[in-house]
Amino acid sequence: MAYLELNNIYKTYGQGDDATQVLSNINLSIEEGEFVAIVGFTGSGKTTLVNLINGLLEPTSGEVLFKGEPVKGTSHERGVIFQNYSLLPWLTVGQNIYMAVKEVFPKKRKQDLKEVVDDYVEMVGLTPAINKRPKELSGGMRQRVAVARALAMQPEMIIMDEPLGALDALTRGNLQDEILKIWEKDRRTALLITNDVDEGIYMADRIIPLRPGPNATLGPEFKIDIERPRDKTELNDNPNFKKTRNAIIEYLMDIGDARKAEAKAPIKLPDLAPKSFVDQFEFKL
Amino acid sequence: MRQSITLGKVTKFVGLGFLTTFKDLFTGKLEKEDLKGFLRKIVVPIASVFLFIGLWHMGAKYLYNTEAEFKIQKALTDQGPEAAEAMRECIASGDLSCKPNTLPSPAQVWESYKSLLKDHQIISADKANFIEKTATLNEKRIAAGKDPIVYTGRPSFVDQILRSLKTVFAGFLLALLIAVPLGIFIGLSPTLKSAFNWFIQIFKPVSPVVWYLLVFMIVKTILIDSSDDSSFTISFISVGLCSMWATLVNTAMGVSTVDKDYINVAKVLKLGAFQKVFKVVLPSSLPLIFTGLKITLSVAWMVLIAIELLAQSPGLGSFVWEEFQNGANDSNAKIIVAMFVIGIIGFLLDRLMLTIQNMVSFNKTEAI
Repeated sequence: MAYLELNNIYKTYGQGDDATQVLSNINLSIEEGEFVAIVGFTGSGKTTLVNLINGLLEPTSGEVLFKGEPVKGTSHERGVIFQNYSLLPWLTVGQNIYMAVKEVFPKKRKQDLKEVVDDYVEMVGLTPAINKRPKELSGGMRQRVAVARALAMQPEMIIMDEPLGALDALTRGNLQDEILKIWEKDRRTALLITNDVDEGIYMADRIIPLRPGPNATLGPEFKIDIERPRDKTELNDNPNFKKTRNAIIEYLMDIGDARKAEAKAPIKLPDLAPKSFVDQFEFKL
Repeated sequence: MRQSITLGKVTKFVGLGFLTTFKDLFTGKLEKEDLKGFLRKIVVPIASVFLFIGLWHMGAKYLYNTEAEFKIQKALTDQGPEAAEAMRECIASGDLSCKPNTLPSPAQVWESYKSLLKDHQIISADKANFIEKTATLNEKRIAAGKDPIVYTGRPSFVDQILRSLKTVFAGFLLALLIAVPLGIFIGLSPTLKSAFNWFIQIFKPVSPVVWYLLVFMIVKTILIDSSDDSSFTISFISVGLCSMWATLVNTAMGVSTVDKDYINVAKVLKLGAFQKVFKVVLPSSLPLIFTGLKITLSVAWMVLIAIELLAQSPGLGSFVWEEFQNGANDSNAKIIVAMFVIGIIGFLLDRLMLTIQNMVSFNKTEAI
């Protein structure tokens, strides 16, 4: 049995005539220790999918199984890295992480918890900024704090919702490497949601495109057969990389085109012609 | 790394940033490129103060002349030219019996201010004297189980200011204790919100005078056995009830509109209900709560004058009213002194709240 399983998930927002179906017929299974990436256009329902898995939302129908048990609400076993960092602005870097750690290990002594916090802050290279508030940090640093917070909770599975979406290309690359390095250490199950195909290929074992919503559904999966650790510069020359990348992009483009074509479907225009008034009036001279 | 605390940071923090520019002016730190800022921050305000005083002076002079002219004309039509001439001389001599009673000039107000301070010194000396004299007698009375004799003389202007501040702080504290917890509950629970909404909407616009009367009806009966002066109790409760609405509405609003991201964090961390309120909801709504408290304090100070006036509770409100009823030659000037004192204290109270807000809230607010 798979580690995480999604069976026939449907998710609808609103009720009655206002209902919009966001996700339909989502089936997904992730094995333990696997790194899976879901790639999709913005607005295709990626965040909804993530929130169903981490327990912030409940599916309208279908079931989410985590280790064979249906997901009911959030759990410390599934750590989440949010798209917009979601750090509490009134707490410092250290306090943000401490708060999370304290909830997960309520029985540990304060001193031990502080050590855990220090370790994870060091791991993401933010020790000099441990007493700063999120406002004083750059976007990349904030996302590192969010990564440290999620990992410090020592979850069994880590769910990342477009974690690097708001960062510039250089910071993005660096953080991808860091996340991978940390992941390589104990190879916990990871789910990455992204809109960047290259990022998906670089990081994941398997890529699944999400067809754009409404009625978003998962497309066919693409296996990434590239040896780890992967090298970004060499990756560009790797024939396997090129092939997979082209296949995924082609697939996504096709969906995009299909969607455009749908939108452009000719609207039947009423058959109207200007009426001639000429004969209706008699001109008397 | 600790950041050094400079005067500039402190003054900016308490919302009195212009003081730093003064310091720079005297220590010669002001750079040439700061000249524009210097003009804007120092020269313009000082110039506008002088302009204000000048306009006030001219206005007061004009009103004085109009009133004097009217008096002379009246004497002329009522009693004939001799009486008019006598009136003109009387006004010119500055005699109190025929002095035109109108808007006092800045100089008169300044004189009244000094006389009020002198009056305070006399009264406090008198009070100290009295306490010294009655000290031994009071010891005996207390030993015999009787109430000590207390000073019952007229309160000075400074005493009245202190009394007003006491009333306003008691009222503010009452508003804080009622409005913040109630606002939190209303913000957290949609059920409570719909239960209380009509109540808030109806009572919010009620005038201070009506609040005073309502509190008077209730407190009078509750304290029916007590021989103590209930005017303080009545006035501070009225001030509190009058001013608490801004805090109540702002707190409820702040609590019910916490950023969804923070709520998601609370859910993912699986915080308990208590923890969620104290660690996520309250800190994130502090800026709005403080905005409410700031409005509450300024409203409390504003309605205080009217309520003290009605409640006959000693303080700036009754000072103003008594001076108005009194009609002595410097009464008008004293009323203007009270007006400036009220304004300046109101300004300082606002800065005090801003300072507290900046100390406890993550969201720094700039002074306006």
